[in-house]
Amino acid sequence: MFVENYIILLPVKIKADLHIHTVLSPCGNLAMGPLAIVERAKELGLDIIAITDHNSTLNVEVVSKIAEKEGIFVLKGAEVTTKEEVHCLCYMPDSKKLKEFQEFLESKVIFFPNSVDKFGYQLVVDEEENILDEVPYLLINALDLSINELQKKVDDMGGIFVPAHVDRKDTSLSSQLGFVPEDLKFDALELSPYAFRNNFFERFPWFKGYNYITDSDAHFIEDIGKVHNNFEIDQIDFINIKKAIQQAPKY
Amino acid sequence: MKLSEIIDKLGLNKIVDFNGDIEITDAYASDLLSDVMGNAKSGQIWITMQTHKNVAAIASLKDMPAILIIGNGNPDKEMIEHARNEEICVLVSPEPSFHVCGKLYHLITGEN
Repeated sequence: MFVENYIILLPVKIKADLHIHTVLSPCGNLAMGPLAIVERAKELGLDIIAITDHNSTLNVEVVSKIAEKEGIFVLKGAEVTTKEEVHCLCYMPDSKKLKEFQEFLESKVIFFPNSVDKFGYQLVVDEEENILDEVPYLLINALDLSINELQKKVDDMGGIFVPAHVDRKDTSLSSQLGFVPEDLKFDALELSPYAFRNNFFERFPWFKGYNYITDSDAHFIEDIGKVHNNFEIDQIDFINIKKAIQQAPKY
Repeated sequence: MKLSEIIDKLGLNKIVDFNGDIEITDAYASDLLSDVMGNAKSGQIWITMQTHKNVAAIASLKDMPAILIIGNGNPDKEMIEHARNEEICVLVSPEPSFHVCGKLYHLITGEN
Protein backbone atom coordinates (compact mmCIF):
# COMPACT_ATOMS: atom_id res chain seq x y z
CA MET A 1 0.00 0.00 0.00
CA PHE A 2 1.26 3.45 -0.85
CA VAL A 3 0.00 6.95 -0.87
CA GLU A 4 -0.08 8.37 -4.32
CA ASN A 5 -0.67 12.00 -3.58
CA TYR A 6 -0.23 13.84 -0.38
CA ILE A 7 -0.08 17.46 0.63
CA ILE A 8 2.16 18.82 3.32
CA LEU A 9 0.57 21.87 4.91
CA LEU A 10 3.21 24.43 5.74
CA PRO A 11 2.28 27.47 7.77
CA VAL A 12 2.92 30.71 5.90
CA LYS A 13 6.18 32.22 7.05
CA ILE A 14 6.41 35.97 7.02
CA LYS A 15 9.91 37.48 6.94
CA ALA A 16 10.32 40.57 9.10
CA ASP A 17 13.33 42.79 9.84
CA LEU A 18 12.09 45.16 12.53
CA HIS A 19 15.08 47.47 13.08
CA ILE A 20 16.29 49.56 10.13
CA HIS A 21 17.76 53.09 10.09
CA THR A 22 17.55 55.69 7.32
CA VAL A 23 19.53 58.81 6.33
CA LEU A 24 17.79 60.50 9.27
CA SER A 25 20.02 58.69 11.77
CA PRO A 26 23.41 60.42 11.91
CA CYS A 27 25.10 57.02 11.92
CA GLY A 28 22.91 55.84 9.02
CA ASN A 29 24.75 55.62 5.70
CA LEU A 30 23.80 58.26 3.09
CA ALA A 31 22.74 55.43 0.79
CA MET A 32 19.95 54.56 3.27
CA GLY A 33 17.30 56.46 1.32
CA PRO A 34 13.73 55.18 1.22
CA LEU A 35 13.91 53.94 -2.40
CA ALA A 36 17.11 51.98 -1.77
CA ILE A 37 15.80 50.46 1.46
CA VAL A 38 12.57 49.26 -0.16
CA GLU A 39 14.41 47.95 -3.23
CA ARG A 40 16.75 45.89 -1.04
CA ALA A 41 13.89 44.63 1.14
CA LYS A 42 12.10 43.50 -2.04
CA GLU A 43 15.21 41.71 -3.38
CA LEU A 44 15.47 39.84 -0.08
CA GLY A 45 11.79 38.91 -0.02
CA LEU A 46 11.11 40.68 3.27
CA ASP A 47 7.38 41.02 3.93
CA ILE A 48 7.67 43.45 6.85
CA ILE A 49 10.30 46.06 7.65
CA ALA A 50 10.32 48.49 10.54
CA ILE A 51 11.80 51.97 10.19
CA THR A 52 13.40 52.89 13.49
CA ASP A 53 15.60 55.98 13.43
CA HIS A 54 17.15 57.36 16.60
CA ASN A 55 14.62 59.46 18.56
CA SER A 56 12.68 60.44 15.44
CA THR A 57 9.96 59.13 13.14
CA LEU A 58 10.28 61.74 10.39
CA ASN A 59 11.28 59.34 7.58
CA VAL A 60 8.81 56.59 8.44
CA GLU A 61 5.85 57.68 6.31
CA VAL A 62 7.91 58.20 3.15
CA VAL A 63 9.34 54.67 3.35
CA SER A 64 5.86 53.36 4.12
CA LYS A 65 4.37 54.97 0.98
CA ILE A 66 7.06 53.52 -1.29
CA ALA A 67 6.96 50.10 0.36
CA GLU A 68 3.19 49.86 0.07
CA LYS A 69 3.48 49.94 -3.74
CA GLU A 70 5.79 46.93 -3.53
CA GLY A 71 3.54 45.00 -1.18
CA ILE A 72 5.89 45.43 1.79
CA PHE A 73 4.41 46.40 5.15
CA VAL A 74 6.23 49.08 7.15
CA LEU A 75 5.94 48.89 10.91
CA LYS A 76 6.14 52.50 12.07
CA GLY A 77 8.48 53.36 14.90
CA ALA A 78 11.63 54.80 16.39
CA GLU A 79 14.62 53.62 18.40
CA VAL A 80 14.44 55.79 21.49
CA THR A 81 17.40 56.52 23.80
CA THR A 82 16.24 56.73 27.43
CA LYS A 83 18.03 58.72 30.13
CA GLU A 84 19.73 55.50 31.27
CA GLU A 85 21.06 55.34 27.66
CA VAL A 86 19.11 52.17 26.93
CA HIS A 87 17.96 51.94 23.29
CA CYS A 88 14.32 50.85 22.97
CA LEU A 89 12.29 50.04 19.87
CA CYS A 90 8.85 51.65 19.98
CA TYR A 91 6.27 50.87 17.29
CA MET A 92 3.01 52.76 16.79
CA PRO A 93 -0.32 51.38 15.51
CA ASP A 94 -1.04 54.04 12.88
CA SER A 95 0.00 57.37 11.33
CA LYS A 96 -2.01 59.42 13.79
CA LYS A 97 -0.34 57.82 16.81
CA LEU A 98 3.04 58.08 15.11
CA LYS A 99 2.61 61.83 14.74
CA GLU A 100 1.57 62.11 18.38
CA PHE A 101 4.58 60.03 19.38
CA GLN A 102 6.87 62.34 17.37
CA GLU A 103 5.54 65.34 19.30
CA PHE A 104 6.10 63.46 22.55
CA LEU A 105 9.72 62.65 21.61
CA GLU A 106 10.37 66.29 20.65
CA SER A 107 9.05 67.43 24.02
CA LYS A 108 11.68 65.27 25.77
CA VAL A 109 14.74 66.38 23.76
CA ILE A 110 17.80 67.70 25.58
CA PHE A 111 19.04 70.06 22.89
CA PHE A 112 22.59 69.50 21.67
CA PRO A 113 23.43 70.75 18.19
CA ASN A 114 24.39 68.10 15.63
CA SER A 115 27.84 68.38 14.10
CA VAL A 116 27.66 66.88 10.62
CA ASP A 117 31.44 66.38 10.50
CA LYS A 118 31.51 64.42 13.73
CA PHE A 119 28.21 62.56 13.73
CA GLY A 120 26.82 62.64 10.18
CA TYR A 121 23.80 64.01 8.33
CA GLN A 122 20.27 63.81 9.78
CA LEU A 123 18.12 64.16 6.67
CA VAL A 124 14.37 64.15 6.22
CA VAL A 125 13.61 63.18 2.61
CA ASP A 126 10.68 62.79 0.22
CA GLU A 127 9.68 59.95 -2.14
CA GLU A 128 12.24 61.05 -4.76
CA GLU A 129 14.88 61.27 -2.04
CA ASN A 130 15.00 65.08 -2.21
CA ILE A 131 16.13 66.61 1.06
CA LEU A 132 13.21 68.30 2.81
CA ASP A 133 14.83 69.14 6.11
CA GLU A 134 17.84 68.56 8.32
CA VAL A 135 17.27 67.92 12.03
CA PRO A 136 19.45 70.47 13.89
CA TYR A 137 19.82 68.65 17.24
CA LEU A 138 21.76 65.44 17.75
CA LEU A 139 19.32 62.54 17.54
CA ILE A 140 21.45 59.90 19.26
CA ASN A 141 21.47 61.77 22.58
CA ALA A 142 19.48 60.52 25.56
CA LEU A 143 16.02 61.98 26.02
CA ASP A 144 14.84 63.32 29.37
CA LEU A 145 12.80 60.19 29.93
CA SER A 146 13.33 57.02 31.97
CA ILE A 147 12.88 53.58 30.44
CA ASN A 148 9.85 52.94 32.66
CA GLU A 149 8.25 56.26 31.66
CA LEU A 150 8.84 55.48 27.98
CA GLN A 151 7.33 52.00 28.31
CA LYS A 152 4.25 53.44 29.97
CA LYS A 153 3.79 56.05 27.23
CA VAL A 154 4.11 53.46 24.44
CA ASP A 155 1.69 51.15 26.24
CA ASP A 156 -0.84 53.98 26.76
CA MET A 157 -0.68 54.71 23.03
CA GLY A 158 -1.37 51.08 22.12
CA GLY A 159 2.15 50.60 20.76
CA ILE A 160 4.74 47.84 20.90
CA PHE A 161 7.75 48.16 23.22
CA VAL A 162 10.94 46.17 22.68
CA PRO A 163 14.27 47.01 24.41
CA ALA A 164 16.80 46.89 21.54
CA HIS A 165 19.88 44.66 21.06
CA VAL A 166 19.96 43.69 24.74
CA ASP A 167 23.20 41.75 24.19
CA ARG A 168 25.22 44.83 23.20
CA LYS A 169 28.06 46.02 25.42
CA ASP A 170 26.77 49.58 25.24
CA THR A 171 23.38 51.31 25.03
CA SER A 172 21.53 48.13 25.99
CA LEU A 173 19.43 46.87 28.87
CA SER A 174 22.26 44.53 29.91
CA SER A 175 25.07 47.11 29.76
CA GLN A 176 23.17 50.03 31.30
CA LEU A 177 20.93 48.32 33.84
CA GLY A 178 22.62 44.93 34.34
CA PHE A 179 19.45 42.90 34.37
CA VAL A 180 15.81 43.17 33.33
CA PRO A 181 14.06 45.44 35.88
CA GLU A 182 11.36 43.34 37.52
CA ASP A 183 8.70 46.02 37.07
CA LEU A 184 9.46 46.74 33.40
CA LYS A 185 6.83 45.53 30.94
CA PHE A 186 7.68 44.81 27.29
CA ASP A 187 6.32 42.85 24.33
CA ALA A 188 9.65 41.14 23.65
CA LEU A 189 13.37 41.79 23.88
CA GLU A 190 15.60 42.14 20.82
CA LEU A 191 18.91 40.40 20.07
CA SER A 192 21.54 41.79 17.71
CA PRO A 193 22.84 39.50 14.94
CA TYR A 194 25.93 38.86 17.10
CA ALA A 195 24.31 37.66 20.35
CA PHE A 196 25.16 33.98 20.00
CA ARG A 197 28.61 34.51 18.49
CA ASN A 198 29.41 36.64 21.54
CA ASN A 199 28.00 34.05 23.97
CA PHE A 200 25.51 36.52 25.42
CA PHE A 201 23.44 33.94 27.27
CA GLU A 202 26.55 32.38 28.82
CA ARG A 203 27.70 35.80 30.06
CA PHE A 204 24.21 36.94 31.13
CA PRO A 205 22.30 33.74 32.00
CA TRP A 206 19.69 35.82 33.86
CA PHE A 207 18.50 37.07 30.44
CA LYS A 208 17.26 33.55 29.61
CA GLY A 209 13.55 32.79 29.51
CA TYR A 210 12.26 35.85 27.65
CA ASN A 211 10.76 36.15 24.16
CA TYR A 212 13.26 37.45 21.62
CA ILE A 213 13.05 38.99 18.17
CA THR A 214 16.28 39.29 16.17
CA ASP A 215 16.89 42.14 13.75
CA SER A 216 19.63 43.57 11.57
CA ASP A 217 19.81 47.09 13.07
CA ALA A 218 20.91 48.02 9.54
CA HIS A 219 22.73 51.32 9.05
CA PHE A 220 23.99 50.21 5.61
CA ILE A 221 22.05 48.79 2.66
CA GLU A 222 24.00 45.52 2.66
CA ASP A 223 23.02 44.86 6.29
CA ILE A 224 19.25 44.94 5.72
CA GLY A 225 17.80 41.51 6.36
CA LYS A 226 21.15 40.17 7.62
CA VAL A 227 18.95 38.40 10.15
CA HIS A 228 15.17 38.34 10.22
CA ASN A 229 12.19 36.99 12.15
CA ASN A 230 9.88 34.31 10.78
CA PHE A 231 6.33 35.10 11.82
CA GLU A 232 3.31 32.90 11.22
CA ILE A 233 0.72 35.50 10.32
CA ASP A 234 -2.38 35.09 8.12
CA GLN A 235 -2.96 38.75 7.56
CA ILE A 236 -0.23 41.35 7.93
CA ASP A 237 -1.43 44.19 10.13
CA PHE A 238 -0.33 45.90 13.33
CA ILE A 239 -2.38 43.71 15.68
CA ASN A 240 -1.09 40.47 14.17
CA ILE A 241 2.50 41.74 14.19
CA LYS A 242 2.12 42.70 17.85
CA LYS A 243 0.88 39.19 18.66
CA ALA A 244 3.73 37.63 16.68
CA ILE A 245 6.30 39.76 18.55
CA GLN A 246 4.76 38.75 21.89
CA GLN A 247 5.01 35.10 20.80
CA ALA A 248 8.57 35.39 19.48
CA PRO A 249 10.85 32.45 20.33
CA LYS A 250 11.98 32.03 23.92
CA TYR A 251 15.69 31.63 24.57
CA MET B 1 37.19 56.74 57.47
CA LYS B 2 33.61 56.36 58.64
CA LEU B 3 30.86 56.96 56.09
CA SER B 4 29.26 59.63 58.32
CA GLU B 5 32.52 61.57 58.35
CA ILE B 6 32.79 61.37 54.54
CA ILE B 7 29.22 62.69 54.27
CA ASP B 8 30.12 65.68 56.47
CA LYS B 9 33.40 66.48 54.79
CA LEU B 10 31.99 66.30 51.25
CA GLY B 11 28.75 68.07 52.23
CA LEU B 12 26.58 65.30 50.78
CA ASN B 13 22.82 65.36 50.80
CA LYS B 14 21.42 62.30 52.61
CA ILE B 15 18.40 60.82 50.82
CA VAL B 16 18.44 57.48 52.62
CA ASP B 17 20.48 57.36 55.80
CA PHE B 18 22.10 54.05 56.75
CA ASN B 19 25.54 52.62 57.51
CA GLY B 20 27.03 55.84 58.93
CA ASP B 21 29.33 53.84 61.21
CA ILE B 22 30.75 51.67 58.46
CA GLU B 23 34.46 52.15 57.76
CA ILE B 24 35.04 53.02 54.09
CA THR B 25 38.35 52.16 52.45
CA ASP B 26 37.46 52.22 48.77
CA ALA B 27 34.93 53.34 46.15
CA TYR B 28 33.93 52.39 42.60
CA ALA B 29 32.81 54.87 39.94
CA SER B 30 30.81 53.59 36.98
CA ASP B 31 27.53 54.21 35.15
CA LEU B 32 27.40 50.84 33.43
CA LEU B 33 25.56 48.50 35.77
CA SER B 34 26.93 45.45 33.97
CA ASP B 35 30.43 46.75 34.80
CA VAL B 36 29.55 47.27 38.47
CA MET B 37 28.07 43.78 38.67
CA GLY B 38 31.33 42.37 37.33
CA ASN B 39 33.97 44.55 38.94
CA ALA B 40 32.83 46.44 42.04
CA LYS B 41 33.76 45.00 45.41
CA SER B 42 31.91 44.58 48.67
CA GLY B 43 32.23 47.56 51.04
CA GLN B 44 32.89 50.16 48.33
CA ILE B 45 30.87 53.35 47.90
CA TRP B 46 29.34 53.38 44.40
CA ILE B 47 29.62 56.69 42.55
CA THR B 48 27.25 57.04 39.61
CA MET B 49 24.82 59.28 37.76
CA GLN B 50 22.36 56.44 37.11
CA THR B 51 19.20 56.79 39.21
CA HIS B 52 17.22 53.71 38.14
CA LYS B 53 15.91 51.25 40.72
CA ASN B 54 18.34 48.60 39.44
CA VAL B 55 21.18 50.63 41.00
CA ALA B 56 19.85 49.88 44.49
CA ALA B 57 19.32 46.22 43.60
CA ILE B 58 22.90 45.83 42.37
CA ALA B 59 24.34 47.72 45.36
CA SER B 60 22.52 45.25 47.57
CA LEU B 61 23.70 42.28 45.49
CA LYS B 62 27.33 43.49 45.68
CA ASP B 63 27.05 44.38 49.37
CA MET B 64 27.91 48.05 48.79
CA PRO B 65 26.91 50.23 51.78
CA ALA B 66 26.32 53.50 49.91
CA ILE B 67 25.33 54.92 46.52
CA LEU B 68 26.64 58.40 45.75
CA ILE B 69 24.75 60.13 42.94
CA ILE B 70 26.70 62.95 41.33
CA GLY B 71 25.63 66.12 39.50
CA ASN B 72 22.56 66.69 41.65
CA GLY B 73 20.87 63.65 40.10
CA ASN B 74 17.36 62.86 41.22
CA PRO B 75 17.05 59.22 42.37
CA ASP B 76 13.84 57.51 41.20
CA LYS B 77 11.36 56.94 44.02
CA GLU B 78 11.47 53.17 43.40
CA MET B 79 15.23 53.33 43.89
CA ILE B 80 14.84 55.18 47.19
CA GLU B 81 12.26 52.67 48.36
CA HIS B 82 14.45 49.72 47.43
CA ALA B 83 17.51 51.26 49.12
CA ARG B 84 15.48 51.85 52.28
CA ASN B 85 14.32 48.23 52.34
CA GLU B 86 17.85 46.97 51.75
CA GLU B 87 19.36 49.46 54.22
CA ILE B 88 21.65 51.10 51.70
CA CYS B 89 22.68 54.73 52.14
CA VAL B 90 21.77 57.05 49.22
CA LEU B 91 23.72 60.29 48.89
CA VAL B 92 23.65 63.14 46.38
CA SER B 93 26.43 65.58 45.51
CA PRO B 94 25.94 68.67 43.34
CA GLU B 95 29.44 68.24 41.91
CA PRO B 96 30.41 66.30 38.79
CA SER B 97 32.00 62.86 39.00
CA PHE B 98 35.65 63.90 38.60
CA HIS B 99 35.50 66.32 41.52
CA VAL B 100 33.61 63.93 43.78
CA CYS B 101 36.04 61.10 42.99
CA GLY B 102 39.09 63.33 43.51
CA LYS B 103 37.95 64.62 46.88
CA LEU B 104 36.84 61.20 48.08
CA TYR B 105 40.14 59.66 47.00
CA HIS B 106 42.09 62.16 49.12
CA LEU B 107 39.81 61.58 52.10
CA ILE B 108 40.03 57.80 51.99
CA THR B 109 43.73 57.41 51.18
CA GLY B 110 44.94 60.45 53.15
CA GLU B 111 47.17 61.32 50.18
CA ASN B 112 47.39 64.87 48.92
